[in-house]
Amino acid sequence: MTAAAKTNSRSRRKSRAAEPLFDGPEWDFETMKRAYDAIEKIALGDLGLDVYPNQIEIISAEQMLDAYCSVGMPLMYEHWSYGKRFIQEETAYRKGYQGLAYEIVINSSPCISYYMEENKMAMQTLVLAHAAFGHNHFFKNNYLFQQWTDAEGILDYFEFAKRYVTECEERYGVVEVEQVLDAAHAIMDQSVFRYRRPSRPRMGAAEERRQERLAYEERNYSELWKTLPRSSTAEEMDDAERELAKRKSSLNLPEENLLYFLEKNSPVLENWQRELLRIVRNTAQYFYPQKQTKLMNEGCATFVHYYICNKLHDDGLITEGALLEILHSHSNVVFQPGFDDRRFSGFNPYALGFAMMQDIRRMCTDPTDEDRAWCPDIAGNGDWRGTLRDIWANYRDESFIQQFLSPHLIREFKLFQLGDKSADPHMTVDAIHDEHGYQAVRKKLASAYDIANMHPDIQIADVELRGDRELILTHTVRNGIQLAESGRNEVLAYIRRLWGYDVRLEGVDETGGKPVYTARATAETENDGAGQQPASP
Amino acid sequence: MLNFIDRRLNPRDKSIGNRQRFLRRARRQIKEAVDKAANERDITDVAKGGKISIPSNGIAEPTFRQDPTGGDREQVFPGNREFVPGDQIKKPPKGGGEGGGKEGSDDGEGADDFVFSLSRSEFLDLLFEDLELPDLVKSSLKDTQATKPRRAGYSNAGTTPNVNMMRTMRNSIGRRLVLRGPVEQRIRETESEISDLKSREDTDVVQRQRLAELAAELDSLKRRRRAVPYIDPVDIRYNRFEAQPQPRTKAVMFCLMDVSGSMGEHEKDLAKRFFVLLYLFLQRKYDRVEIVFIRHTHLAQEVDEETFFYGQESGGTVVSTALIEMRRIIEDRFPTNDWNIYAAQASDGDNFGSDTEKCVDFLANEVLPLCQYYAYVEILSDQEMERLRESGGKELWRGYTAIDNNWPKFSMKHVARRSDIYPVFRELFSRQEHST
Repeated sequence: MTAAAKTNSRSRRKSRAAEPLFDGPEWDFETMKRAYDAIEKIALGDLGLDVYPNQIEIISAEQMLDAYCSVGMPLMYEHWSYGKRFIQEETAYRKGYQGLAYEIVINSSPCISYYMEENKMAMQTLVLAHAAFGHNHFFKNNYLFQQWTDAEGILDYFEFAKRYVTECEERYGVVEVEQVLDAAHAIMDQSVFRYRRPSRPRMGAAEERRQERLAYEERNYSELWKTLPRSSTAEEMDDAERELAKRKSSLNLPEENLLYFLEKNSPVLENWQRELLRIVRNTAQYFYPQKQTKLMNEGCATFVHYYICNKLHDDGLITEGALLEILHSHSNVVFQPGFDDRRFSGFNPYALGFAMMQDIRRMCTDPTDEDRAWCPDIAGNGDWRGTLRDIWANYRDESFIQQFLSPHLIREFKLFQLGDKSADPHMTVDAIHDEHGYQAVRKKLASAYDIANMHPDIQIADVELRGDRELILTHTVRNGIQLAESGRNEVLAYIRRLWGYDVRLEGVDETGGKPVYTARATAETENDGAGQQPASP
Repeated sequence: MLNFIDRRLNPRDKSIGNRQRFLRRARRQIKEAVDKAANERDITDVAKGGKISIPSNGIAEPTFRQDPTGGDREQVFPGNREFVPGDQIKKPPKGGGEGGGKEGSDDGEGADDFVFSLSRSEFLDLLFEDLELPDLVKSSLKDTQATKPRRAGYSNAGTTPNVNMMRTMRNSIGRRLVLRGPVEQRIRETESEISDLKSREDTDVVQRQRLAELAAELDSLKRRRRAVPYIDPVDIRYNRFEAQPQPRTKAVMFCLMDVSGSMGEHEKDLAKRFFVLLYLFLQRKYDRVEIVFIRHTHLAQEVDEETFFYGQESGGTVVSTALIEMRRIIEDRFPTNDWNIYAAQASDGDNFGSDTEKCVDFLANEVLPLCQYYAYVEILSDQEMERLRESGGKELWRGYTAIDNNWPKFSMKHVARRSDIYPVFRELFSRQEHST
């Protein structure tokens, strides 16, 4: 393992003037405070991190379970799926299948992080550095978080959401609320704005623009223009097509954010139901950056705790024993099993992220010729702190891998790329960690972290405004990868519930726009039990 | 800036709302699982709650997911050992590959079943759902939770009529003593000095001045003494009363069982289960229900629960003895104006010769008028069950049939197998039947 092998290779300084911050396993608030101050000095002074104010909360194991079953938010509204997750997690925890997270950190200002009371002092030191400084810095500085989330307001918003949902439950009934939330949760992944939407024009603005345009046309009126042949497109467009174009522009179609569309345009929803959709949509949007930066976020936090803990030890602030304990946990966290290992379940974001951060530091200070060729911008620039801070601020997982995954690391992780074509009876090894493979491996790995490839691309394409009001969605089928059968029709039934009329999903091939499949949710499919509904209370 | 917060003492069970929502959501499936468990398990274990498993497809949260199979994909993996570009690898068999596995759960129980634990109370709630003892009929029954105030110490808040004078005065005296003590002392000193000065014949200017000063001081001291109130609000103590639940309507359940030699292991076992379930049900449903266990052979006796279910006894069978014993106990301890009386009888249907007639007579004339409800289960073997389907039942059953026709509050059922008990139990006590 890269991490374990590199353990504290720096020469240990002789001067051991400072007293260790703690020497027993038990923690108390005094010690935590002392440790925090020492960590803060290194984090802000040495690493130059820039963090939100910290709020550190100590919680019990049960509260930890609570917290991460409601998507890590302490203030989440109530929903049965969180109860289900709690039961699952609790069962797994009690049986010893899995331990609990050591900490949870929330992207908010002040930055709230939760620590388990069971942690030993050495562990508390590690997680303080990890969450209160590593994650905290990342939240505050990464452009995605800056752009998409409002750290100051998020806690208030969730509090509002919780209160609002409770009020709705009281007023309209738990089941009614649940029906909306279930449906909304099902299409959460398709309900984020991936690109910043231009701000909506003011009420009067459209009219002003129209006037302007009219005035401009009048000014430039010339009889001569009339003699020009009219554009062919306008001529050929028949009524139906023109109507379609008009409809699409008035409804802002196609629309990638399903919940947004339903919230604004559904003919059957009440106002409170629209507000619920909005809450779910905002929640999805809030977590959107986290999905895109999991690798970097964990890599950053792991790098920070690793650096700080070693530094603390170098300065004589923690004992050898404590450091060993920390490193033990650390190397567990950054363990990456190989593809043929029973424990393998994809890339461990801690492992890859941390290894990449360490590798960037190496390239900055101690580059090889290869590094100079592959990452000329940073190789040998000497300022690894600044370089990493810049990377943490300006990249997301996909672009980060695309830019900074070095051949050195590809070799270290022994990465290889496997092609699996549905037409072939075999899978083929397309590239491995060699001269010819670096580019391909890096590109493919980066694209695996592209959020567009993780979730199916489903958008709202059209609506039959007259007639039966059918809502038409298109799924852009990439590389022939279709939707999983299980769940697809149920989700459509959910959308139908929100839309109030029939819903049609059309799979269209990415290249050529060939239709691949069509799925429907109508009154009949509903009765078939496609949309599984709980019996009335 | 740093802020430490200790949340460990926050209220627990924050997720209880979510859990309840989940249980409600999956209610149908959970209920099925609970019913199944109730039929399969040893009845003595039924009430322990514990693990149940429900199919996970009913509580799925569907989303649009990409199909893990099919299509063209290129993936990167770590840990290459011997592959070189161009190597061909056989595709893993369908369903077994990475990422899959979610599919194929439709065929009943699989690895995808959702297993979790119910607490005892959750389990029983579901088990006894829509199941109810016949309504306690007597007028005041709706409100069984009457309370009566009971003295419970003293408090410093309350209403005037509840002032406890003893306590109040005790506090008052103590307070006055403490507050006045030093003043009293000074008053005494001043007075003695004044009288001392006054008693002198020749007083000079200084002494006269002193006397005036002392008089003034005495005056102020006396004012201070007066300022100590006789009774201060802090002195006052009230009698404290606690509302103690007072059973206004009480119910007693008589469990009658034949433990004679004609009851084999099988019959006894079933009877026991019937009562255990009944017993649990009563314990669960009513806070204050007395249970009387009467077992009988040719003699009847009241026994405790332990003996009732596990005691050894053998002998003949005279059912009427149990009924007589039951009436005796009612007369002794459970006057009908205070108690609602319920009875459940389990037997194999055998009875001694002419006793059945006596039973029917006694039941109709002496016992049933006192009872709110009387349930009779006849426990049979499988073969008997078959045989008796037409003829209608054994000795006791045939006798009781007349009663069954005439008394709506009497009902009877046959039980042959362990899994019969619970449905029978339900039927006996279901709301619908009683409402007729």
